[in-house]
Amino acid sequence: MTGSAVLELEEVTKVYGERSDRSPVPALRGVSFAVRAGELVAIVGPSGSGKSTLLHVMGTLERPSSGVVRIDGVDAAGLDDRALSQLRALRIGFVFQRFFLSEHATVRENVADGLLYAGVPAVERRRRAEEALDRVGLADRAGSTPPQLSGGQRQRVAIARALVGRPAVVLADEPTGNLDSATGAAIMALLHELHADGATILVITHDPALAERLPRRIRMLDGRVAADSGDPRAPRDPEGRRGREGRPSDDPGGTGAAT
Amino acid sequence: MSAPVRLRPADALRVMSVGLRSRPLRAALSGLGIAIGTAAIVAILGLSASSQAGLLAEIDRLGTNLLTVEAGQRLTGGPAELPPEAPARIAHLDDVQRVAHAALLPDARVYRSPMIPASATGGLQVRAASLDLPAVLGTGLARGLWLDAATARVPVAVLGADAATRLGIERIDQRQRIWLGDQWFAVVGVLRPSPLAPEIDVSALVGYPTAERRLGYVRVVRGTAQAGPASSIYARTATGREATVQARLARTANPEVPSETNVSQPSDVLTARAAAAGAFDGLLLGLGAVALVVGAVGVANTMIVSVLERRSEIGLRRALGATRRQVRAQFLGEAVLLAVLGGVAGVLAGTAATVAYAAARGWSVVLPVEAWAGGIGAAIAIGAVAGLVPAVRAARLPPAAALRTA
Repeated sequence: MTGSAVLELEEVTKVYGERSDRSPVPALRGVSFAVRAGELVAIVGPSGSGKSTLLHVMGTLERPSSGVVRIDGVDAAGLDDRALSQLRALRIGFVFQRFFLSEHATVRENVADGLLYAGVPAVERRRRAEEALDRVGLADRAGSTPPQLSGGQRQRVAIARALVGRPAVVLADEPTGNLDSATGAAIMALLHELHADGATILVITHDPALAERLPRRIRMLDGRVAADSGDPRAPRDPEGRRGREGRPSDDPGGTGAAT
Repeated sequence: MSAPVRLRPADALRVMSVGLRSRPLRAALSGLGIAIGTAAIVAILGLSASSQAGLLAEIDRLGTNLLTVEAGQRLTGGPAELPPEAPARIAHLDDVQRVAHAALLPDARVYRSPMIPASATGGLQVRAASLDLPAVLGTGLARGLWLDAATARVPVAVLGADAATRLGIERIDQRQRIWLGDQWFAVVGVLRPSPLAPEIDVSALVGYPTAERRLGYVRVVRGTAQAGPASSIYARTATGREATVQARLARTANPEVPSETNVSQPSDVLTARAAAAGAFDGLLLGLGAVALVVGAVGVANTMIVSVLERRSEIGLRRALGATRRQVRAQFLGEAVLLAVLGGVAGVLAGTAATVAYAAARGWSVVLPVEAWAGGIGAAIAIGAVAGLVPAVRAARLPPAAALRTA
């Protein structure tokens, strides 16, 4: 599994307001990179750099104005709403800054809902939710409700919900943004652990210090990739990197200081 | 890609009820309008059906085979009289089972005591009655005794139900008496209401011999004095033969001038009343419909607010893989659920009102299927209409925007 590209972007642009009278606002101006299975990547940039738009485009929550987005080898452009939804249900996990947990459901139900739209029977959902909670160290709080948990614990629940479907890639949007630094560090340690277990995780953050501690950093600026530290394993595994269409390494936009 | 999955019914129901479970008070309040409207409609339909059933049961009990012959008007004007032998002739008709009769004593008045001014008759009348009158009318005694051969000859009276009330006779005892035809009469009994002959209800009834000897109701027939003629004759016929008998009654009662008698079937009046009771009150039903519309607006309003408030939930569900269609189904389902809960509560309340009222009036409870099925069906339709726009809005919400702004 390690080595194949699970997320590929080729010359992705996103322009807002194309159809309105006001002048269109470009948010992404030609972004290309590839993330391979098992990577832990930081996408870092100041606010307005386009990283949130990038997250939504990568997560197929928004369609790009041009360019190609491939999730796990599937070109998202050719998919209708139903197929895209299914793609999200099965292959993408989301972690949000504000957790988005249901306060009226138990922790177990919140996590199990990660599989709700994937066609998994309820009993199986609950079993896998217990497993995922065990992975994030909250096995003993399965019966609690989110208001009974601390912020760090809530984010762990959200991470468990993103992981429960064993997605090809987890997109984490400012996962420590609502947490104090100690709790945030613990969450990052958890992401490192999950990465060590083989999960593919992209962390979107505005915090360069946080990004610095991740193996690979893609820096966004004004809708472009300003710098990409690259896949740290790439030199030791050049075949794997070029094996799939060879584009990511050939493309100057994906390999670093293109601008 | 594999085809998108449909939620299992249990999951779909759980998802649809998220809003209701997280804000139960709001759900209850927005369902209230529909509950009130449904309750009003169910109660109106139930009560009219039950009151109709009550009247039909009463008609059943009283029987529709009672025919009445009354003295009419002379061709030359003025009241006609029935021949004295009319009751006996009618009793001999085929298919006539029993005959009773009563005579209105036009000059006799009844009062509580001699102190009452003569004009204050209270609308009460005095009638001479044959001894089998209560049996033929299908009524009976509420209190005390009916006349018999002995008491029919002495100053003793039995009161109709309304007459007893108006004269203030509540109990029957030795000293209970009334001022009837300028003399004291003892009251020995009070009749139950007689729907088939309402004139009996407002009457003080005495025996024919008493009417003849003490109240001056005398006719001289072939040289001998005897009690005056009956003014109303009540005949019970064999069931199913009412029309045949009715056709012959006038000629039998008064062969010389049949046109001076009026023949009627008093149960017709009750049947008409039952039909009227079954025709529910359109105005009240309209008010119920207005309540339903107001309820629908309440549900629509709640759903619109709910969609605005729950943008992040919508965004999250889309991120978790919900299709637009599933989001639309969720909010549409929530609106229908809300309306149906209101509708069910309304049906229960309307049923309870019907049961309580019918029990108080002694009717059997009749709840037409169209009342409760229609109530719940209307609720489903209202929920679907009220939820449509909010659901479409929720489904159209771009997931990225939903997540960003919430």
